[in-house]
Amino acid sequence: MIQRISTDVTIIGGGLVGSSAALAMRQAGLDVVLLDKGFCGAQASGVNYGGVRRQGRPAEQLPLSQRAHGIWPRLKALVGIDGEYVPSGHLKLARTERDFAKLEAYAEMARPYGLDLELVGAEALKTRFPWLSAAGAGASLCPGDGHANPRLVSPAFARAAERAGVKVFEQMPVRDVRATGNGFAVLAGENLEIRSRQLVNSAGAWSDTFAAQFGETVPLKRIYPSMVVTEPLPLRLPVSMGEQGGSFYGRQVARGNYVMGGGRGAALADPDFSRPSVTAASSVMQRAIALFPHLANAQVIRFWSGTEADMPDGNPVIGPSRTTPGLFHAFGFCGAGFQIAPAVGEVLSELVTSGRSTTPIDAFSIGRFAHAAAQTADSL
Amino acid sequence: MTEALPIVIVGAAPAGIRAAERLVEAGVRPIVLDEGLRAGGQIYRRPLVDDGRSYRNRYGSEAKKAERLHAVFERLRPSIDYRPETLVWNVSGLERSGHLDVLREGVHRQIAFSKLLLCTGATDRVLPFPDWTKPGVYTLGAAQTALKAQGCTVGDRLVFMGSGPLLYLVAWQYMKAGARVEAVLDTAPFRSKFHLVSLFVRAPRIVALGLFYGAQLQLSGVKVRYGVRPQTVLGEERVEGIRFRAGGRTEALACDAIGYGFALRPETQLADLAGCRFRFEDRDRAWLPERDAQGRTSRKDIYVSGDGSGIAGADAAEIDGELAALAILQDIGNTVAGDRPRQLTAARARILRQREILESAFPFPRDWFETVPPETTLCRCEEIRIGEIHCAVGAGSIGEINRMKALSRVGMGRCQGRMCSAAAVEVLSSIRKVEPKETGRLRAQAPVKPIPLGFGGPLDTEESR
Repeated sequence: MIQRISTDVTIIGGGLVGSSAALAMRQAGLDVVLLDKGFCGAQASGVNYGGVRRQGRPAEQLPLSQRAHGIWPRLKALVGIDGEYVPSGHLKLARTERDFAKLEAYAEMARPYGLDLELVGAEALKTRFPWLSAAGAGASLCPGDGHANPRLVSPAFARAAERAGVKVFEQMPVRDVRATGNGFAVLAGENLEIRSRQLVNSAGAWSDTFAAQFGETVPLKRIYPSMVVTEPLPLRLPVSMGEQGGSFYGRQVARGNYVMGGGRGAALADPDFSRPSVTAASSVMQRAIALFPHLANAQVIRFWSGTEADMPDGNPVIGPSRTTPGLFHAFGFCGAGFQIAPAVGEVLSELVTSGRSTTPIDAFSIGRFAHAAAQTADSL
Repeated sequence: MTEALPIVIVGAAPAGIRAAERLVEAGVRPIVLDEGLRAGGQIYRRPLVDDGRSYRNRYGSEAKKAERLHAVFERLRPSIDYRPETLVWNVSGLERSGHLDVLREGVHRQIAFSKLLLCTGATDRVLPFPDWTKPGVYTLGAAQTALKAQGCTVGDRLVFMGSGPLLYLVAWQYMKAGARVEAVLDTAPFRSKFHLVSLFVRAPRIVALGLFYGAQLQLSGVKVRYGVRPQTVLGEERVEGIRFRAGGRTEALACDAIGYGFALRPETQLADLAGCRFRFEDRDRAWLPERDAQGRTSRKDIYVSGDGSGIAGADAAEIDGELAALAILQDIGNTVAGDRPRQLTAARARILRQREILESAFPFPRDWFETVPPETTLCRCEEIRIGEIHCAVGAGSIGEINRMKALSRVGMGRCQGRMCSAAAVEVLSSIRKVEPKETGRLRAQAPVKPIPLGFGGPLDTEESR
């Protein structure tokens, strides 16, 4: 028997973006249906590194990132758990003088956005972070950044949305979606038919298919992080770490495990699943030992990967569709969606209720690719 | 001309050794990788250094088989590329021909293969009960390994508990070794043993041996209890006794070690990492790689054999190893003469039918978690109690085992679920009131066992030899 639901907004994709949007919209008084083809927060939102980081983001993302920065400390009130969020600080290392110059330039650029970065020279680095070796030319510290547990945070947003009255359907892949003239019709799973005035496409690495159904082609590519985790070890690493160039990142969780990543994995035959590459994992492990000699005898207990959406300019797509009124996109976070997602959820709620975002999102318009496609066509 | 890639066998125990034997007969020189220091596997485990004990003394009723298999292996040594103490921790590069990531003496190597035969065996299936993590509680397999490989007992005064033929065998072996066996606590009801009557027709030797062990134990004053459910392990720092219920009565026994287990669980992680398709096997209450009668999996060039492809015991594994070798030979274009595959398949099928009956005589305690209190540890590595699972399942509306892992950390620790996942599935399915099959399959991740962070170094790739 077909189950028919009529609602204000249908959200495709129960990742952190879709789930936080569902929660924000529900709080704004809307009727919301949230659909996930698997489990909410089980893809990129749930298996990423867990960096809650503003430092290093391009200028156009900083207003949104700052907005999200205000949400993270309120997690417990918002979704019922703190998600192991720790504003530990984020330390970004420069291996060379040239890299350090880049960090200096970034700090200068980010200051007007309210991001106060502290530049730490090579000598100061040694005294302040004595457990760190082979650090190189210096570092940039962002004191308010930190980390959290994506396994817990992302599903918690979906559960909180559900408790607030959002209808959440898991293991419910969308089979067909179309505009009806005055809204949208979505067929999901075996027998679910949803009619809604508005539609949000927050399907992560699967978003391009839905965008294409509305005539919007995007150059989305799938990327797969390569993650490594050690056994629990004595607490020693007080900050989340990164490197200019991005080849290594690492943090130590409250339980004691070092969670580290860098490089890329590869998709399996079923493209919904992926594995880290041994080469990438191995170079992460080499770098870890170089940076933290105290890990020399540590054991690695697990590798993992996930499926993320990458865009050619490093920025996500956030905003209204150019072809279809009532449709909004939010995807393509290029491996850096975790921190920013709760703010994207609020922005999506603003878009569906008032049609405009109080935080600038113009740089993320899907139209920028239509433009590029047209230009390419012209030049041919 | 480049040399062809090797055929690689993982595991030098009944299945792997018999497979190697058959390949060598056909002129193939396989690489045989084994985690142990000496070949033989769990069942025919050899001492690290010879301690002068006879086969009869070490392996009891299975002495002849052990001696024969060890002799076969020694004869094979010059004709195979045998690498002991080698941990195979990953299968990767499957988009090309595929290779194994192995660690030996701290050095990481990649070994490319043309055909891969996984004979990864099984480990004890354990179920938690109050204080099962207290020092002095061992699995049946570990208790047996101590006897076979180290020539020592795990205690002086022992209680054995659980279900499965191994329960009585290990108790008897300990008694023979001179230890004081206080009791055998069978979790199955006495009436389940009547199933052995029908087994007697098919396999009189197995039943006769079982009766012999049982009778000798009882004659020596070992208490045997049926339908047992443990209540708690006694003792502050370590095991000093056990309190349990049986037949409506509560009883306490003093002991300084407990050996327990509930049959075996297959080791299937490498088959999973190799991308093989899985199916649920009710008999083993476990997911197994799909295979044909000869061990071909859903993935070309990858074969499985022995207990790692479904629990059937050592005799079946010897047969199965040869079957897989014949499959490999057929698939590389050799003619396999005569009736051999058919005979072996029939022999293996006979053993599997016996297994069905044994499973009825030593049934899995399906109601186990109805009597285990919530403060009992489920996952040792991550220190998760059963009650926390109840909370996580409720709060997150969890019905799937990978989801449960993500939200509760069960199976995320050092053992990667090798120790706890069989029990975790039972807990989840008992909470959800569904069959274990309905809770899905825990996906394996590399490394299969912990590897040193500093393993890497420059990768030593071995394309061929």
